[in-house]
Amino acid sequence: MPCPTKEFRIMNPIVSINKLCKTYASGHQALNSVSLDIYEGEILALLGPNGAGKTTLISAICGIVSPTSGSVTIGGYDNLRQFRKARELIGLVPQELTLGAFETVWNTINFSRGLFGKKKNTHYLEQLLKDLSLFDKRDSELRTLSGGMKRRVLIAKALSHEPRILFLDEPTAGVDVELRKDMWNMVARLRKSGVTIILTTHYIEEAESIADRVGVINNGELLLVEQKQSLMQNLGKKQLIIELRETIDSIPASLNHYALDLVNEGQCLAYTYDTLSKQTGITALLQAISAAGLSLRDLHVKQSSLEDIFVDLVKS
Amino acid sequence: MNLRAIGVIYKFEMLRFWNTLFQSVASPVISTALYFVVFGSAIGSRIESIDGISYGLFIVPGLTMLSLLTQSIANASFGIFFPKFTGSIYEVLSAPVSFYEVLSGYVGAAASKSFILGIIILFTASFFVELKILHPYWMLTFLILTCIAFSLFGFIIGLWATNFEKLQVIPMLVITPLVFLGGSFYSVSMLPPFWQTVTLFNPVLYLVSGFRWSFFEVSDVSVGLSLIMILVFLGACLVTVSWMFKTGYRLKQ
Repeated sequence: MPCPTKEFRIMNPIVSINKLCKTYASGHQALNSVSLDIYEGEILALLGPNGAGKTTLISAICGIVSPTSGSVTIGGYDNLRQFRKARELIGLVPQELTLGAFETVWNTINFSRGLFGKKKNTHYLEQLLKDLSLFDKRDSELRTLSGGMKRRVLIAKALSHEPRILFLDEPTAGVDVELRKDMWNMVARLRKSGVTIILTTHYIEEAESIADRVGVINNGELLLVEQKQSLMQNLGKKQLIIELRETIDSIPASLNHYALDLVNEGQCLAYTYDTLSKQTGITALLQAISAAGLSLRDLHVKQSSLEDIFVDLVKS
Repeated sequence: MNLRAIGVIYKFEMLRFWNTLFQSVASPVISTALYFVVFGSAIGSRIESIDGISYGLFIVPGLTMLSLLTQSIANASFGIFFPKFTGSIYEVLSAPVSFYEVLSGYVGAAASKSFILGIIILFTASFFVELKILHPYWMLTFLILTCIAFSLFGFIIGLWATNFEKLQVIPMLVITPLVFLGGSFYSVSMLPPFWQTVTLFNPVLYLVSGFRWSFFEVSDVSVGLSLIMILVFLGACLVTVSWMFKTGYRLKQ
């Protein structure tokens, strides 16, 4: 497994997943020997297509799904044998809007806090509702709330007992722009206060903008976990597209030692280069092109996004 | 032990009871009153007394048991089925709570509601007949044990049920016939010998008989046997629920 950066490496993992497997009664293998360390204070985004095993992984960590084999420790405690100590640290925001119907917002968050064994704290819970723009709705019954409000309530419930680790399962699926913005502000605030955040998403731009590390899951396997920056550098490609004034049938022999591809029916040359190296060879290439008698119409640069990397990984 | 968690589950369930107080109380009170009007006064006056007890009085323990059993099962099964149905059970499963704490919260609340109802029904009955309770402590013991045992049984049904129909099927098809055929409204000695023997296989007979004994010192089976049978039923429910928790039956995949 790739090493996390220095600041995380010096710490012990707060969540440690060891060869976790889950095969459902139907025979479907949702997790296949997943091992992963999550470090205190980081934001880890788990990417994967639908049915990849993201929710099963979170559910197995939180104790909702019994793993077939493997183990999970949370803050050093085994999540099955020392479930009380382990689960106290965790807050979970599920993917579905799974809420009761007839209780009020205020009662439901107090219920959540009590369930985790925490003493009543009116001040904290009031502030929590204010932060999530739910304070006006505190006496409303859950069934009367809109989808977006319900999502906020689920977040409030997960944070009601002041967890050290927060799992957000597809937090922005079907959420409007305002709530999404609020949610990322909240994630940023929580992160500042030292909360570790694990989120699953299939919106790649989300992972790109917010995560420290990115894990990619497909068919129950963790394909990779890496620092977002290094992932994009290592697996990301940069391409210089050179648009020619006239189409050509083949690349001139004088340009053979450059890694060039003829694209767009001979209209463009594509030059793929390493973003990490000091010398990209672009100056020499452009001179060589000019020497070969080709005239240029336009130049542009294409950099692969996390999405391209993800699609490549999942496809292969 | 996470006492706070037991407390919030208990409080949450009791809140549901207070919020629907009218339905919760009105329906058993009205049905009890109807039974008294029909069986106690209209028909009962033409029925000779049983073991020296007027028919109206004789049916009080059976009638209380009928409501107690159906309400215990209904309350406890719905209490756990509904969060399973909406999915909000995820929170209880991911909380630092043991299954036995979850059980204490839900079953404790359901049993408390049934107990309150039992007292209300007896209070209603006292308007129709002159109620006498010879052994009040035994009466309370039987009442409490029955509330707990059948709330546990309801909890099991709630875990087992995968839809609303299944939630209804056991109370409708099993419990109601067992209560009616378990000597709630007649003395088993009134039956032909063959049916008397058959009735001995009906667990409700022992509940009603013991409960009735605490009122009138009249019973179909010995009071000791009644007590043992309730404890056996309670034990069987506890074993079943432990097995369900251990295997994560219909709670965890």
